[in-house]
Amino acid sequence: MDGKQNHQKWQLSRRRLLALMATAGAAAVAAPLAPSLLTKVRGASAATGGQRQTPLRQWAMVFDLRKCEGCVTTDKAPQCVEGCNAEHFVPQGQEWIRVFEVEGAAGHNYFLPRPCMQCENPPCVNVCPVGATYRTDEGIILINHDRCIGCRMCMAACPYGVRSFNWDQPPNPAGATFANYSPEYPVPHRRGTVEKCMLCAHRVGDGRLPACAEACPMYAVYLGDLGEDIATNGKEVVKLSDFLAANSAFRLKEDLGTRPRVWYIPGHGQDEGHDITVRSRPKKARSWQEQGATLEHKDEGVKK
Amino acid sequence: MAATAEERLQQRVLAPVTHTSRAWYLWLGFLVLLVGAGLFAYNAQLQGGLAVTGMRDTVIWGLYISNFVFFSGVSMAGTFISAILRITGAEWRRPLTRIAELTTVSALLMCALMPLVDMGRPDRVLYLLRYGRLQSPIVWDIIAITTYLTASVIYLYLFLIPDAALLRDGLKGKVSRLRHGLYALLALGWQGLPEQRRRIERGAAIMMVLIIPIGVTVHSVVSWIFGMTYRSGWDSTIFAPYFAVGALYSGVAMLITLMFVLRRVCHLEEYLTEKHFRYLGYMLAAFGVLYLYFTFAEYLTVAYKLEGGESLLLEELLLGRYSLLVWSGFFGGQILPILVVLLPATRTLPILFVASVLVNVGMYIKRYVIVVPSLANPLMPYEWGVYTPTWVELAVTGASFGGFVLVFTLFTKLFPIISVWEMREGWERARQPAGAGLAAAPAALSPDAGGGAHA
Repeated sequence: MDGKQNHQKWQLSRRRLLALMATAGAAAVAAPLAPSLLTKVRGASAATGGQRQTPLRQWAMVFDLRKCEGCVTTDKAPQCVEGCNAEHFVPQGQEWIRVFEVEGAAGHNYFLPRPCMQCENPPCVNVCPVGATYRTDEGIILINHDRCIGCRMCMAACPYGVRSFNWDQPPNPAGATFANYSPEYPVPHRRGTVEKCMLCAHRVGDGRLPACAEACPMYAVYLGDLGEDIATNGKEVVKLSDFLAANSAFRLKEDLGTRPRVWYIPGHGQDEGHDITVRSRPKKARSWQEQGATLEHKDEGVKK
Repeated sequence: MAATAEERLQQRVLAPVTHTSRAWYLWLGFLVLLVGAGLFAYNAQLQGGLAVTGMRDTVIWGLYISNFVFFSGVSMAGTFISAILRITGAEWRRPLTRIAELTTVSALLMCALMPLVDMGRPDRVLYLLRYGRLQSPIVWDIIAITTYLTASVIYLYLFLIPDAALLRDGLKGKVSRLRHGLYALLALGWQGLPEQRRRIERGAAIMMVLIIPIGVTVHSVVSWIFGMTYRSGWDSTIFAPYFAVGALYSGVAMLITLMFVLRRVCHLEEYLTEKHFRYLGYMLAAFGVLYLYFTFAEYLTVAYKLEGGESLLLEELLLGRYSLLVWSGFFGGQILPILVVLLPATRTLPILFVASVLVNVGMYIKRYVIVVPSLANPLMPYEWGVYTPTWVELAVTGASFGGFVLVFTLFTKLFPIISVWEMREGWERARQPAGAGLAAAPAALSPDAGGGAHA
């Protein structure tokens, strides 16, 4: 009896020892992996932390589609695209913000400018194998072009088709070549890496509007801060939550659960006198390198 | 009687090891040219960037990723079949296990190369180790593929040890000292002692159980590269088993193709008999029907609802710009081969060979129409993407197939393509039908024990 109990005790302790060893083994395996699991936004703190004394912003954007008519009434290419292209020396064939002409369900057509959605649950960040794309504490998705390996998994994952790839080495003019590269201002551009809109992280931090908002002649683009609940298009300042609620704002592909930080106020350019019966496509915006030259677009797939 | 049978077998399978024909050199030259052309093309890609491929911002992946899925599929079946047949004690496995295992290793090498070729920044490949994040499906792939490759090489090697000893003892003085040294090294001092046999059997028993789940993980995580996205056609819960069954189907077909060719070239008619092809044909039909079932389930659930992006994609697949590919792949690669295998009248070796090739042509098409159309399908109101592979991609693809065959060509030059000691073991078992315990049951299924039980 005694001996049996002892035996059981010994068995129990052995089992416990085995369990302990297994736990220790698992911990030893998991320990080096834990940081990568926990810090989804590794590099984010390095990118933004401690540089500014101002409180953290939670950046957002609002596009008032009542004012957006794809710049067709001005007979120019969409000015937000042109402004963005010039600001970032956006490589030929890419459009970091793009204006789509959408056929609405009610038979009307309207214009939809699409920058990066800066999702709160970003599919692109989740799938990146090396942590090259990450979300900052201020809610902007950035790309570290010194880290990107060019696998394009993020492009497959993005449900908004926001990302572009430098298939070739984009030409960099003098102004771009001597720019001080940072993920906030990814110039000069590098071959074999992924590019996208980064909400002009280099500008908004200094209290300036994104290039697209500044370039919009209709003041249809608002930069917002969810933390302070405020937004501005450079002409007026609104209370962000009221502005969105009062105007039935929506987000793109809401049902996917990506939680974009870009809102749209429904409309079809009526404030700017856009005639919905007239089918008029927005002009193709030209990148900085195409100004004055007729170059063939490399990207056949996205040609309108 | 068995002794002479073994001598005959040794003569047959060691013939390519000791004698090199001119045809072999010609064939080797052809393969080296093929691989060389691929290297030349890849060099062009290194110089010009991925701009030299047909991929662009809408269709961001093309032939490289199709090859990746294809070779991972082929790789899954080889070791898997070998392990399943060993575990179940199917005696007829003996002449084909090594071919199956080599298929896995060779295909997996090509499979692992493809994502590297597809990288925009191959100079940063080590970042995957330095900064790898476990939440990325790409990292799952790296872990699964390296694990499977390691396990498959061990698995192939374990059963090669006694044969390496055979070569070491039998070819002394007949081959160069370097080569003899290689055999001696690989044989690990194998003498056929009972203790050595016990150890190798123990190792093999562990490996053949381990390798099945590892094989399944590989093709599952390959499917999750696609399944973890929101894209129409990829956003599917059945992708992992769907891909795994497709892999078995394609892999069995590849095994039949390779066995048929090796049988002809190395004169193995005595060992790779019609029965082996018939049994593999049954497996092919079974996996084929299972794959049909998955295909049906996948398309029906989509077609019934006709949800936005999915219906756009489905229309292009079944009726639109990809319909020729889809339907030819479906009838040529799924329906026709299965019918041919199931009908006794058409179940002859040459027809089976053609059917197995058709299966893999069809499965390659299937991989292409999984990868490309889902990318071309617009996510926003823009036009469909277009993709036409360039010569660079075609040359690299050709080289990957060339490399796959090259591994076989070189292997048959160095080692017997049929496991001599396993065949011997089979004969020994057949000669002792009254043998105790486990040995008795498999012996009943052995080729020499009268086919009545199994056929």
